[in-house]
Amino acid sequence: MTDALLSVEGLTKAYPGVVANDDVSFAVASGEVHALLGENGAGKSTLVKMIYGLVRPDAGQMHLSGKPHAPASPKEARAAGVAMVFQHFSLFDALDVAENVALGMETPPPRRTLARRIREMSEAYGLPLDPGRIVGDLSAGERQRVEIIRCLLQSPRLLIMDEPTSVLTPQEVRILFATLEKLSSEGTAILYISHKLEEIRTLCDGATILRQGRVVGSCTPAEKSAAELAEMMVGSTLSAPKRARHEAGEVALEIRGLSLPPAHAFGTPLRDISLTLRKGEVLGIGGVAGNGQDELLAALSGEMRSPAGRIELAGRDIGGLDPTGRRDLGLLTAPEERLGHAAAPDMSLTENALLTAHGRERLARHGFIDWSKARGFAERVITAFDVRTPGPENAARSLSGGNLQKFVIGREVLQRPAVLVVNQPTWGVDASAAAAIRQALLDLAAEGAAVIVISQDLDELMEISDRFAALNEGRLSDPRPAEGLSVEEIGLMLGGAHDLERPGGDRPAARPASDAGAAEAHPS
Amino acid sequence: MIRLEKRPQPSAIWKTVTPLLAVILTIVAGGLMFAALGTDPVAAIRTIFWDPLFHPQYASYSRPQLLVKAGPLILIAIGLSIGFRAGIWNIGAEGQYIIGAITGAGAGLALYPSEAWWIFPMMVAAGALGGWLWAMIPAILKTHFNTNEILVSLLLVYVAENLMASMAVGALRNPEGGGFPGSRNLSQWPAASNPELIAGTGMHWGVMAAFVAVILAYVLMSRHLTGFHIQLAGQAPRAAAFAGVRPERLVVFCLGLSGALAGLAGIFEVTGPAGQLSIDFNVGYGFTAIIVAFLGRLHPAGILLAGLLMALTYIGGELASFTLGIPAAAIQSFQGMLLFFLLAVDVLTNYRIRLGRTEAAT
Amino acid sequence: MGLSTISPTLLVASLMIAATPILLAALGELVVERAGVLNLGVEGMMITGAICGFAAAVGTGSPALGFVAAAASGAALALVFGFLTQILLSNQVATGLALTLFGLGLSSLLGQGYSGIRPPPTARFDFGPLSDLPFVGRVVFGHDWIVYLSLALTALIWWFLTRSRAGLTLRAVGENHEAAHALGMKVVAIRLCAIAFGGACAGLGGAYLSLVRVPQWTEGMTAGAGWIALAIVVFASWRAWGVLVGAYLFGGVTVLQLNLQAAGVAFPVEYLSMSPYLVTIAVLVLMSARSGRRALGAPACLGKPFHASQ
Repeated sequence: MTDALLSVEGLTKAYPGVVANDDVSFAVASGEVHALLGENGAGKSTLVKMIYGLVRPDAGQMHLSGKPHAPASPKEARAAGVAMVFQHFSLFDALDVAENVALGMETPPPRRTLARRIREMSEAYGLPLDPGRIVGDLSAGERQRVEIIRCLLQSPRLLIMDEPTSVLTPQEVRILFATLEKLSSEGTAILYISHKLEEIRTLCDGATILRQGRVVGSCTPAEKSAAELAEMMVGSTLSAPKRARHEAGEVALEIRGLSLPPAHAFGTPLRDISLTLRKGEVLGIGGVAGNGQDELLAALSGEMRSPAGRIELAGRDIGGLDPTGRRDLGLLTAPEERLGHAAAPDMSLTENALLTAHGRERLARHGFIDWSKARGFAERVITAFDVRTPGPENAARSLSGGNLQKFVIGREVLQRPAVLVVNQPTWGVDASAAAAIRQALLDLAAEGAAVIVISQDLDELMEISDRFAALNEGRLSDPRPAEGLSVEEIGLMLGGAHDLERPGGDRPAARPASDAGAAEAHPS
Repeated sequence: MIRLEKRPQPSAIWKTVTPLLAVILTIVAGGLMFAALGTDPVAAIRTIFWDPLFHPQYASYSRPQLLVKAGPLILIAIGLSIGFRAGIWNIGAEGQYIIGAITGAGAGLALYPSEAWWIFPMMVAAGALGGWLWAMIPAILKTHFNTNEILVSLLLVYVAENLMASMAVGALRNPEGGGFPGSRNLSQWPAASNPELIAGTGMHWGVMAAFVAVILAYVLMSRHLTGFHIQLAGQAPRAAAFAGVRPERLVVFCLGLSGALAGLAGIFEVTGPAGQLSIDFNVGYGFTAIIVAFLGRLHPAGILLAGLLMALTYIGGELASFTLGIPAAAIQSFQGMLLFFLLAVDVLTNYRIRLGRTEAAT
Repeated sequence: MGLSTISPTLLVASLMIAATPILLAALGELVVERAGVLNLGVEGMMITGAICGFAAAVGTGSPALGFVAAAASGAALALVFGFLTQILLSNQVATGLALTLFGLGLSSLLGQGYSGIRPPPTARFDFGPLSDLPFVGRVVFGHDWIVYLSLALTALIWWFLTRSRAGLTLRAVGENHEAAHALGMKVVAIRLCAIAFGGACAGLGGAYLSLVRVPQWTEGMTAGAGWIALAIVVFASWRAWGVLVGAYLFGGVTVLQLNLQAAGVAFPVEYLSMSPYLVTIAVLVLMSARSGRRALGAPACLGKPFHASQ
């Protein structure tokens, strides 16, 4: 391509044990919205980090407007007109919006001028933002605006967006897309990283598909079906998980009017949460990150204790019990953060098996540990959940994300929980591991356990939940049967409109959620 | 260009090799330091590491000193290491050691000149209790007010030193001492003395206690859930909370245990090798024990060896200042250097060193 | 003798002298901690600065050169800490302790033969007739230049941290080093600079003890001043003016108890001597009791290791 703004030829980057990018080539034209599509671990992030100067390629070259582009640092990349919005925000919680914006600019203007320009820019693009607010207090959507505004103030020629919609409600996604379309109409090229196929089909002009570090195809997304894109991305067709219909049983877990203060300075308080969970059902809890998911899990796991009479497990008040006491009664949990929360990174899998299972699996007697029994349990988890590792003596951090997640979920499932609560069970996990985890959760429910799945992946929730509820600013909506919920309805639940009145002026994007589930790729 | 590359898991080999490497590097750097001071480095190193044990003339005096010095170091370091494993930094063991000596000696002296058999055991218990209570100050302040235990425990050392001075000239001063500061000599009061148990070895009750502490600490850390939870809390605090560990209980347990052990070291010292409370009673065992704990890799067996080695540098240092005129302070910098080198080579346990920019692709 | 012999003018003037070493050291540590590094080796750097400054001043006859040497030695020792924690990624708590233990040993080694010597006097800053004013003349215009330097440094660091672009970058590194790295800031280089600056300040503080405050060299003369400086940073909620208040408060307690000792109050000397430490602990408790990191103002990445992987 001669009119390419950015062209990448033969880019290669290897890390010990893994080739992140192998001979990757593609091009983006001015004003084009170009998708980089691939599973987690396909090499998308490494690729854009090279374009943004954070990582240097081992081989290959890039050109920007025909000139060689080999930035040694993000500073050089920014000077060349490349800007990037990060997946995990590159923001500073304790600083205010204007300071955060200034930090991403080479020569920021004086504070007053900068504040004015932030206001102007945010109004022009429909992204309202107050320059004086502390970033730690902002919602995920607002935080993303800070990043976008920071990029736009430098009038970039190429804007890289790494998984921008994973933290947004459907309504916020629409605003973002409008902004991106306005930008591309002004001639800015956008490199859009995602694994959400429907988004890419709606937004992008071209797509490059990566698998295991290699380019496996390119296409015009609108011309392909989501299923075709998914197959290119994953390399094989995936079977949807099997679920057996069953009647909900008696009440397993009851929460009544639970309110808790936030666990840390920038956390979310839980406000008046009530729910009833029955044996054999899967309750999906959706919500944008940072709306109380971690706090809800902590309240259930026992890491945060509750006042009397708020949480009952099979009719017994458990609010004052610690995690060990709750496990003994059959309430098991798996937090979102695998390394450092669900598992200790530097400890062996045997030790990590002991971490939650010493009580129910009787791995210790009078406090003295039976190491051979603990090792046996770890091996059972490894076998039953197909965890790829040389053996249980290996450290948790040596496992890939998907394998560690299978271990963490398997550790709880094999303890035969009465109630299992998982947060983001398939986040950052490859497609096959995600499918295995979802199947395991469904099987557990089929055997009569009650399961709560907290996730930001709506497709996943629609796929496995019997009922669906949404968390918004620490409030939980009333659960509704998952079948037949439309995307629009889910969006309103996520946005906090619990009574589901349809606002008059809003375009009904009436796409049934079950379709979305089939259309967007399951690996997320 | 040198780059560090994180290992998938900590290297077991480097974990045991690094302390030896650190000792060798320290000997080399120490040799250079002695040369700079105008002393023959080979003679100096030999005097510090070899002569205390094997010199025909001095060894008979200095060999027993090895256990006398290693006893309190090991006892204190065992307690500290358990806290360090949990990420609880008690660096005020020197103060707890002093308070243990004061409370233990005070409890005994209140009954002077009784010859009841239970006086010494009671003093030992009082010493442990005193150290425990002194360590409870930073523990309670941390659990109730989230106050940094590093600063509080350390600042309390200066308070303890002043208390000791006040006791030596006030409440516990020897009434028959002609007005000189210092308490009665406890080692000459049979009911309260902590004598050498086997002549010529330096073995006393405190050394016995240190050995017992090594064994119990080993069982605690490798076989018991409490030890597992301590390590978990140190490595991954959130995972520990998820496992059901209550951090405030660990703070109280770890600070209390290390305080009690330091207090024990104090009472054994004041009734045995030191003999009496005096203004210069404490000689820095509480601080050197920090080096011992790290050099021993926070592992009981390692601490046993590290304690003996550090005791050797103490005795060797005294010998070197006596025979070669090396200032006593040199040995203190020598010990500090050892900790530096240990921390520096520790990087090899968790990281591989790679030269150049090219990375291996597999 | 009695309490009446304590002159308020001298009390305030000597309060400033007593506070200056701790103010200098705490200002340095403030910058270090704002960059996300916890250096517990302040005591070791102070005492090394004390002897190096003393030796240089005695050797050259120039107190100014003494202070320069003190700052250089403090910075050099700090860079050892920086190399270990930033390049070799060692534990900051353990390395800081090692620095203190090593500094104490090194200083008494270097100090052999310097006991009992008086250093060349550090000149008072000449304000002309202003110094002859009653009270104000002695309290405000009667000090040596290091006192004014420490006050100027407080203002400078306040301006640097809150108003300058470089200060904003430094705070960003201390708040979130991953994000700072992603934006292309040189996290390790910035931290090394902060660490060296902190060491130089601690060295200056130490030299002020041995050259002006005491003025003499004795082993272990810092007597926990470095630890108190660390506590004052917490007391100050990581703000420059708070450090000034904390240091002067501490100086006040120290001077008051020394005056009470000299006045022969019927109270054991040892209990008066331990009062500054007890006051420091009490103040720490008061500050920490306010819940949450944010209320305290501690940098979010304080003490966490940073390794730019991938």
